Amino acid sequence: MKPFRYDRAEDISGAVATLAREPTGMFLAGGTNLVDLMKLDVVRPDVLVDVRRLTSAEIEDLPDGGLRIGTAVTNSELAADRRIRSRYPALSQALLSGASGQLRNLATTGGNLLQRTRCAYFYDTTTPCNKREPRSGCSALEGCNSGHAILGASRYCVATHPSDMAVAMTALDAIVHIHGPRGQRQIPITELYRLPGQEPQHDTNLEHAELITAVDLPPAFSANSKYRKVRERASYAFALVSVAAALQVRDGVVHDVRIALGGVAHRPWRAEKAEDALRGRPAAHESFRAAAEAELAGAAPLRENAYKVPLARNLMTRTLLELSGER
Amino acid sequence: MDVEITLKADGTEHRIAVDPRTTLLDALRERLGIYSPKKGCDHGQCGACTILLDGVRVNSCLALAVAHDGAEIITAEGLTAGGELHPMQRSFIEHDAFQCGYCTPGQVVSAVGMLAEAEAGWPSHVTRDVSAGEMPLTDEEIRERMSGNLCRCGAYANILPAIRAAADGGRLR
Repeated sequence: MKPFRYDRAEDISGAVATLAREPTGMFLAGGTNLVDLMKLDVVRPDVLVDVRRLTSAEIEDLPDGGLRIGTAVTNSELAADRRIRSRYPALSQALLSGASGQLRNLATTGGNLLQRTRCAYFYDTTTPCNKREPRSGCSALEGCNSGHAILGASRYCVATHPSDMAVAMTALDAIVHIHGPRGQRQIPITELYRLPGQEPQHDTNLEHAELITAVDLPPAFSANSKYRKVRERASYAFALVSVAAALQVRDGVVHDVRIALGGVAHRPWRAEKAEDALRGRPAAHESFRAAAEAELAGAAPLRENAYKVPLARNLMTRTLLELSGER
Repeated sequence: MDVEITLKADGTEHRIAVDPRTTLLDALRERLGIYSPKKGCDHGQCGACTILLDGVRVNSCLALAVAHDGAEIITAEGLTAGGELHPMQRSFIEHDAFQCGYCTPGQVVSAVGMLAEAEAGWPSHVTRDVSAGEMPLTDEEIRERMSGNLCRCGAYANILPAIRAAADGGRLR
């Protein structure tokens, strides 16, 4: 591992100011992904600014009925929180489907959002990768790409975002609080992440030294939500495809719906086409399947991952059916 | 540049200066002579390095020692009290829950941490209804909650009954 300087600021403003002066520095939280990437020389920061003990580890009730999740809340604590479990079950399920008990006890909310892709070529420093080394090429495009993106990819990068938690938060319209060198801002989680385009080295729209301090969940529009994940093992594996959905049915008709997909794109994929296709339609198998097909009409599978298209379609259909009370 | 930190490991407080790159696993093994946490994969995939860090189970190979100044650590060695084996350790022996033994200290510590999590009412991926107040600790629950500990000998068939018996034996910490 490349030597680095360890820094711990007094407070959030101090941490942001410190990192702003260190162009090759990074924030450190739980470290479960960053330390691993540093051991492999995939990421080589000169400075680590530890923010784990500076940032909030509390989950607060908001006046509007939503929740504010401090960025240092661990994945375990968030999944186990009674309010999350009863009002946002999809989020609890997503967290519990990720990693292992030990990792969830270290991993934080902000760190989970900012974890890097698990594309094997990104991890293998002997191969070209535009995300790791801009303009070096994409090895996955013609290589082993069974786990890669079917939506929104570019010829520069076909990697997927690995988080389960972020998929649920995308379906739940989460708002991300950011503290940076030029002040504070809030953005919807859908605007946090980028598609790869020509610059896949940037996973997010965060600028250098911008720190995620909290994530707000708006009042749950429906506690009838669910996260389903398909993977190669029963436990402790990243998603091939996952879906987070929340559904409101009135008199047999879809009143409103939220759907997000994981494992299919460079970012958690909000399925707006499917949502639009469902509002006002009967809450039944045919509409769910048609909506899923509408979302996936633009899918562009690679040599090894065409299976993800019917898998995503079936997973969306089945999850919505279950939420509608049908089996 | 080395950084001075304090670690309380298995009941003893240590003041050491560490390179910031040092993980808790390496600090325990290379600096403090505590060898029960094992270096299996060193990437957070196998669980052989599992310790209790301030009361919760974690992979010590992914935690930088400098980031845990002042932490209280319990390893498999520290589970013993006054020379008496912990009930989980006894149960592993009684059930022959290992072959080579390399993953065993991590399995034992993880199982102790896991039971504390279950007692606290934390749900798991296989919990039918995460909003429910209580969940029975079925074999399926134990398997899921222990999935972060790999055993390349494949001793799972005895690890599960060992944990089951220890869990049924009463409160365990």
